[in-house]
Amino acid sequence: MTREYKRVAYYPGCALEETGHAYNRSTKEVGKALGLELVELKNWNCCGAMEVKNIDPKVETYLSARNLAIAAEMGFEVVMAPCNGCYHNLKKAEYDLAADPATRESVDRLSQRAGHKTYESGSVATIHALDWLKAAIGEEGLRRRIRNSLAGLKIANYYGCMYTRPRHIFPEKDKGPGSESTAKPHFMDDLLAAAGATCVEYPLKTACCGGAHTLSDSDTSTRLVLNLLEGAEVCGADVIATECPTCHTGLEIHQVRAEKVFGRKTRVKILYFTQLLGMALGLSARRVGVHENFSDSSDLLKARRLG
Amino acid sequence: MILPLEAIRARAEALIEAPDEALAGAAARHAEELLLFGEAILERWLAAQGREPTKGRVEGFRLLALHRQGARRDPSFNACRESCRELVYHSNLVRLDPAHFETARRIRLGAMVARHLALFVEGKLENARLGEFCCSSRSLRDRDRLFPEAVPQG
Repeated sequence: MTREYKRVAYYPGCALEETGHAYNRSTKEVGKALGLELVELKNWNCCGAMEVKNIDPKVETYLSARNLAIAAEMGFEVVMAPCNGCYHNLKKAEYDLAADPATRESVDRLSQRAGHKTYESGSVATIHALDWLKAAIGEEGLRRRIRNSLAGLKIANYYGCMYTRPRHIFPEKDKGPGSESTAKPHFMDDLLAAAGATCVEYPLKTACCGGAHTLSDSDTSTRLVLNLLEGAEVCGADVIATECPTCHTGLEIHQVRAEKVFGRKTRVKILYFTQLLGMALGLSARRVGVHENFSDSSDLLKARRLG
Repeated sequence: MILPLEAIRARAEALIEAPDEALAGAAARHAEELLLFGEAILERWLAAQGREPTKGRVEGFRLLALHRQGARRDPSFNACRESCRELVYHSNLVRLDPAHFETARRIRLGAMVARHLALFVEGKLENARLGEFCCSSRSLRDRDRLFPEAVPQG
């Protein structure tokens, strides 16, 4: 086990407190089941991914920098953010602070006005929940702990866009064997395969979910999601595994909307990868928050004797 | 004449809906069509920006050259990189082994990638003045703002 990841700072972000609560719950439960400790950042704030970014990019960067400063203040060198938006924004802040003196200056000014120490770039590493489990436990470690194999379950792993794009804010990716790929990410595939699942080849794994315009142009968002869902079905998947609360909610809601508005029904289920891993580790469906999903996967889980 | 995006999407949908035998029976033609769908979508994007679509090739494919050209001046277009490469990959798979038992599925999946690309570009064109359509492009925009000398021209 990678020691530095056994106990990490945890930044859930706003989505995991509301629509993505099942992701929050299942992430914590999986960590507990694997003997990993998550310590939530004290008094964390919005990462700046939503409205703020359209109004003032400096404030957006400051908000993420403040979260990193809290992690440093709490004595952590690693902060784990399971939400793609938060993960992306913390990485972006790290990049901007390292590369741009004007950003450092504005973050310093805002930090002083807010009365806390300015975050020093490079002092805290931001990782995603996938990095965390892959490094802290790994496929072999996971395989040893599986109590309820996902054997027979066909999964399309959907990473969305913000986990890998743009490449320059993820300097640790694309470093060859063992590292994550921005062109064809595979960490979720690796972990779920270790839990016994069959991960299907899914050419839309990083394609747009239409999340940015789900309210302003719902029909385009629904069509994009419908294509993701139908694509997963053509690939033979029973389930789409997700690792982002925004993508997850979008897939669930537009699955319903696609049927209502376009009369197109899809049967593929939508579950967080942490829910699938949790059930493979022997946790109940309730414990990993399956009842909190909008998408009803109870028939599939029952048929597969999962959860 | 460059086909409208809706027409390209309709053609991709016809492939998605076609029976396996029809797809497998004309595999080589459909493999070529996958690339043409992608090229037509990117040509549409470039034409909307008032640019002349390139006739050049990258790694032997005009589609990849068009993507490289399309990504200039608009960082969020980079998000289409994987879709374009998936189209090339699926086209290659079909062309290299047209008699493979999965040929129909490969063509269908390639057409779905083309449909996604068309929807994404349609969304970008509709929303160009309303806000950013691509969630992951903000960092690129910021980088281009901070380091304008690094922005490729052309």
